Amino acid sequence: MRVVRNVRLWFAPEAVRAEGSTPDYRFSLANERTFLAWLRTALALIGGGFAVDQFLPDLPRPWRAGLALALLAAGVVCALRAVDHWVRCERAMRRGEDLPASRFPAVLSLVIAVVAVTMVVVVLAGWAG
Amino acid sequence: MSGAHGPGAGGTAGRDESADGTAGRDDGADGTGGKGVGPPRDPGLQPERTRLAWRRTALSGTVAAVLGARTALHDGTTPAGLTVCALCCSCWLGLMLLARARTRRLGSSAVPPALAPRAATAAALCTVALAVCAAALVV
Repeated sequence: MRVVRNVRLWFAPEAVRAEGSTPDYRFSLANERTFLAWLRTALALIGGGFAVDQFLPDLPRPWRAGLALALLAAGVVCALRAVDHWVRCERAMRRGEDLPASRFPAVLSLVIAVVAVTMVVVVLAGWAG
Repeated sequence: MSGAHGPGAGGTAGRDESADGTAGRDDGADGTGGKGVGPPRDPGLQPERTRLAWRRTALSGTVAAVLGARTALHDGTTPAGLTVCALCCSCWLGLMLLARARTRRLGSSAVPPALAPRAATAAALCTVALAVCAAALVV
């Protein structure tokens, strides 16, 4: 799998720097900021998981745990994918290739939309019941 | 939760700010040249913006860690709760140290070196560890 191959690069600065030429440092910094933005997204999702667990005490336990775990899993995937994407962008810039395309933003939006709709339905059902 | 997302920089999707602010002037186009005093200052303030992005990330990490500590100690100070609380605090500390080291590095020279993959991985792993703590608390 591509991700598994890239994991080696996560820990190896010399492997990333071995190929291609160093790009303009401003591009590297922009890539770093994008990485940090994704990391913040992951942290926000994890905070959302904590919040669902803590601040919806009236919710039945299976629902609460399910929603919280869905948010936490999204946070984990988001954080790991942030490193992966950062490494691949860095390498593509060094090699002078196109930046990697990704369908992750679309998938993440769909997951968040599903969680949000579920939350609305669950809260409304809680009021009605 | 997403209060730390500033509108100015670092939206959550894509390379939204790849080269803006840098297109206006080529290096050396200013009259001073700056040969003797190092490279001219970047008008796009990229190192400063990156530093602020680290600050925002550290702030987001603080919020998540505080929520985690709150959850861990919610049912009294049990040994398990204290352990998870300590883990959350160490994740937070890890993020803080990484952010501090990187912000210092960014401020130390006009042309800062690229982020080391190990630092990026460490930051992501701190985040993942926080999520694992949260999952342990929820289940």
